[in-house]
Amino acid sequence: MTLAELMLVVLWVGLTAYVLFGGADFGGGVWDLLAGSPVGGRRQRALVEHSIGPVWEANHVWLIFVIVLAWTGIPPVFAAVSSTLYIPLTLAALGIIARGAGFAFRKASTGLWRQRLFGATFAFSSVVTPFFLGTAAGAVASGRVPPGLAEGDLVTSWLNPTSVVTGLLAVATAAYLAAVFLTRDAQRGGDPELAELFRHRALVTGVVTGVLSAVGLGVLRADSPDLFDELTSGAALPFVGLSVLAGVASLVLLWRRAYLAVRVTAALAVAGLLWGWGVGQYPVLLPGMEVEDAAATDAVLAASLGALAVGALLLLPSLWWLIGTFQRGEQGH
Amino acid sequence: MGAGQVLAVAADADLGAARMQMALSLGWHIVLACFGVGMPAITLLAEWRGHRTGDVAYRLLARRWARAMGVLFAVGAVSGTILSFEMGLLWPGLMGRYGEVIGLPFSLEGIAFFIEAVFLGVYLYAWDRMPPVRHMLAGVPIVVAGVASAFFVVAANGWMQQPVGFTVEGGRITDVRPWRAMFNPATPPQTVHMILAAFMVAGFGIASVYAVAMLRGRRDRYHRLGFLLPFTVAAVITPVQIGVGDWAAHFVASNQPVKLAAMEGVAETGRGVPLHVGGIFVDGEMRYSLEIPRGLSLLAHFDPDAEIQGLAEVPPRDRPPVNVVHLAFQVMVGVGFGLLALSAWLAAVWWRRRELPRTRLFWWAAAVAGPAAVLALEAGWVVTEVGRQPWIVFRVLRTADAVNPAPGLVWGFALVTVVYVVLTVATVSVLRRLARDVPVPLAPQERDVSEYKVV
Repeated sequence: MTLAELMLVVLWVGLTAYVLFGGADFGGGVWDLLAGSPVGGRRQRALVEHSIGPVWEANHVWLIFVIVLAWTGIPPVFAAVSSTLYIPLTLAALGIIARGAGFAFRKASTGLWRQRLFGATFAFSSVVTPFFLGTAAGAVASGRVPPGLAEGDLVTSWLNPTSVVTGLLAVATAAYLAAVFLTRDAQRGGDPELAELFRHRALVTGVVTGVLSAVGLGVLRADSPDLFDELTSGAALPFVGLSVLAGVASLVLLWRRAYLAVRVTAALAVAGLLWGWGVGQYPVLLPGMEVEDAAATDAVLAASLGALAVGALLLLPSLWWLIGTFQRGEQGH
Repeated sequence: MGAGQVLAVAADADLGAARMQMALSLGWHIVLACFGVGMPAITLLAEWRGHRTGDVAYRLLARRWARAMGVLFAVGAVSGTILSFEMGLLWPGLMGRYGEVIGLPFSLEGIAFFIEAVFLGVYLYAWDRMPPVRHMLAGVPIVVAGVASAFFVVAANGWMQQPVGFTVEGGRITDVRPWRAMFNPATPPQTVHMILAAFMVAGFGIASVYAVAMLRGRRDRYHRLGFLLPFTVAAVITPVQIGVGDWAAHFVASNQPVKLAAMEGVAETGRGVPLHVGGIFVDGEMRYSLEIPRGLSLLAHFDPDAEIQGLAEVPPRDRPPVNVVHLAFQVMVGVGFGLLALSAWLAAVWWRRRELPRTRLFWWAAAVAGPAAVLALEAGWVVTEVGRQPWIVFRVLRTADAVNPAPGLVWGFALVTVVYVVLTVATVSVLRRLARDVPVPLAPQERDVSEYKVV
């Protein structure tokens, strides 16, 4: 494996972590939006706030990590993607501001109208942001971002069948992951009624996400036949298969109320799709641009990967400690 | 006007919009970043004093500041993320080619920020689940990682001032020495200057809040300590910062003489050049300024007859705008000395009487000190960044060649401006609300724990 390939793997690991953890945080916002009236939805909102409060900033850093690794490891790809897709990415960036600020402000606010205002900002941007990030992913997947600066169409590159389906899939995935994670959190928090509610939602969004994935494959077949072939017959097939199996298993586990196990299978279902895409598209990053054309020099890759390896030694135990502190927290009370 | 001219005008407007958008979002984030770097240390200091002395006022202050820190950090995290987006959205010409050269410090910054976020989560949310000493130890990595983050980001900026550590052959980068690029010659003075500035902004900023309370007659121990602790941190750093600023200015004099010429409005190269205080630069000369004979030569090179390069050394298209840079430099230096005077005032009164000054003039000045420190911070970055123009990478890449060629950046700028206005209003309103809030909950962030056992 070359250093450039290793960099791509690390980048994709970071992206997977962002989709799983950051995605679940966005999904929390989606459920916040759908929680209903201030009084009726109070318990749901409290659970969402309680679950994502301590961890969302750390989860959010995965995105920064992905962006930085992209411009360090494959700079021309980063430049091409961000210049052609500057409209959806600007909207996603503003959504990220609104999401984080709205969430923090609601926590610090008293008084119903302030909480509602900031809460609505948080919730609405939690739906919009993954959608735009998803359309950007769809643009790259369907080969609509050519190399060079702003060489692609500024509008149709991200407003097209693949992008729209990917955007919707991103929102559904976020909601699904959040529902799965929240089910267990509600159960551990000693609220079986709330756990039932989120179990039901997880089942529904699980089916919706599965259907959307299937529709997405159909759209891909018409829109981007090369990637479709890779996904359904090439090296990506095992990953797609894993995703399907894990998705079905999740529904079964949810049905049987195995809330801890379903966390693993739900994550596998999402990760399988993501890695299927990555493996399917490899080694082409953008139309006419392969890994070796885009990769930074070996000195840069070695220095950055080395720094990340040392950083990971500090980071992973800390992250484990953070998550452990709050996942165990309630038992002390 | 022909079609070509229309396009050129639109492209100029887009370049201007991209620069303004970057300035707005960076200038906004940098204030939050300063609190992110400086505030954890000040909060930990209060918590430690409270633990050692058992003084309720210190313990209350630590909790109060931690709550504000939670809000500021959240907003800082997202406003910082936007910047990493904008590097590509606005400046793909820079990132597509040189992204890899400055990738190392940003990768390291990512790790540092990650550690900061992790430990902040624990520090804020697990306050009452941990014994005090362990809790304070959980705060230490936040301080270290915050300072490290500032170092890495400013090191990347230093590279834009002094681009080294790479070779270009035939328009393609062939050889990169990432550690050399990170530890470029501009890194030491710039990073030290910025990290100290962060502590000054945080210290004077927090102290300002309590100075206002003093003016309103709240002079109890809680408010006195709330003023004294952050103010002392900032006041001790201020003289050091002026020395470091001098170092940074010497560095500019030796390595970016055109920037120095813009800072001081020097048109022609000469020896024994005077220092210009105030004034505006019109038709290629400095007017209405107070001149201190040979002052600039003396300050920049420790020699009253030293040669100072003028703007005329480079063609007009390579010169930065003089008045903006000159004014910003004057503001930064002026505020710096003003803060030094204020610090000396407090020190003198304290040394003679062991108490805080009583005159309202001092408290008015102290209330202004926080916003003034922010002003100096912004002015300093204007000097650094506008003074580097027309280059985005000094003498390597022009800003106009780095900007996203896509049309319509003006609209993006308009949208971003609206969002930032709303964000500013909301942030100020929430912070004011927090400051007025009387009860301090058990853990600074946990609304669901309402019991209150500090006092």
